[in-house]
Amino acid sequence: MNNQYIRISLRFVILILIQVLLLNNIHFLGYINPYIYIIFILLLPFETKRGTLLVLAFALGLSVDFFSNSLGIHAAATVFAAYFRPGVMSLITSRKEYEPGVEPSITDLGFQWFFMYSIIIVSLHHLVLFLLEVFRFSNFFSTLGHSILNTLFTVLFIILSQYIFYRKK
Amino acid sequence: MRNLINFFWRHSIFILFIALEFFSLLLVVNNNSYQKSVAFAWVSEKTGQIQSGYNDFWEYLSLKQANKKLAAENARYRSMLPSAFLITDTLVHYKKDTIYRQQYQMLTAEVISNSTNNPTNFMQLNEGKLQGINKDMAVINSSGVVGIVVNVSQNFSWVMSLLNKETRISARMKKNGQIGTIAWDGGSYRYASLKDIPTHVKVSKGDTIITSGYSHIFPQGEIIGIVSDFSIKPGEHFYDINVKLGVDFNNLSHVYIIRNLLRDEQKKLEEPVK
Repeated sequence: MNNQYIRISLRFVILILIQVLLLNNIHFLGYINPYIYIIFILLLPFETKRGTLLVLAFALGLSVDFFSNSLGIHAAATVFAAYFRPGVMSLITSRKEYEPGVEPSITDLGFQWFFMYSIIIVSLHHLVLFLLEVFRFSNFFSTLGHSILNTLFTVLFIILSQYIFYRKK
Repeated sequence: MRNLINFFWRHSIFILFIALEFFSLLLVVNNNSYQKSVAFAWVSEKTGQIQSGYNDFWEYLSLKQANKKLAAENARYRSMLPSAFLITDTLVHYKKDTIYRQQYQMLTAEVISNSTNNPTNFMQLNEGKLQGINKDMAVINSSGVVGIVVNVSQNFSWVMSLLNKETRISARMKKNGQIGTIAWDGGSYRYASLKDIPTHVKVSKGDTIITSGYSHIFPQGEIIGIVSDFSIKPGEHFYDINVKLGVDFNNLSHVYIIRNLLRDEQKKLEEPVK
């Protein structure tokens, strides 16, 4: 149990550092930036309480905000995505039961489940993020287009990172 | 009471969610200048709409009174018509107007020297102190703003042209009342630039730019020019607007000089505060 807490805290810090120092500087095609730190919300264990989830999401988003000079934008988007995580989980069923000890990761629940799960959560996160960045509804469809393109990019990075950092059981 | 506590307890996650989102939005609006300006524009637009709706409502309620007032005014004007007077002798009626007090007086003059190709352009007029011209009077012609009198001698006056890097004239966009500043950055004598118009304002080609009347020199509503093109530099909060001047400075002969009769009073009012 203790081991798990340490692992999650380490993941929190490392993800923020990777996001802020490395990925925030990509600007692929001008505006595409993988926001991979959201994987922290994706990978929290099933039994995480909803309140804890929200508070962690807020802390994560706010930390990213502090470093990318956009106070509140990432925090709002991350809290939004975290709020809908349990709902998304019950929406997509999997072969395995959601039981304590099972992490919502590719190794535990398979590629197809994880792909669906991450694409929904990341879309929610990115839609809020981009809307807040643009801060007006007048060009809603171009904002939507940006966020969809960026979602694909982020999900690609998330799945790649899963294959790199998790060993097959 | 118990039910209320129960209610809050059951929805505590949702309330936490809303609270965190609200707090984040507050941070966004308070700490990001772009989002701040958009939010401010939105809020002031909405409050303006509410305000004007409220005004319309009260105006509607007081229509009857307004009608009465207008009728009384009409009656008074009718009694001033020549037909209301019986001509008894050859005396002329001389009336001191108490409704419209004259604020601006026009004088005419001719330009006797002028330039358009220096960074600081001036022109000379053929009238001076003896003809009633003083420092800080406005100079216009029939097609727009020309400049400001900066020095006078007995018979001549020296005018700082709008085509002068030092000249700043408070301007207003006619269609939406936005206030900016007209300045000349050198270059073509047909164009000047309009500054300080924030980017949330809608600007389009051909918008008329007029004087704002804030400087106590120019009366309100004198034409300066029209917008010829505009752009926003990335990261800037104000437009770069190019204005095609109404006046052709290379072809200038007759001008009007405007004397603000109330300028001293206006200045004196501001003096103790400055």
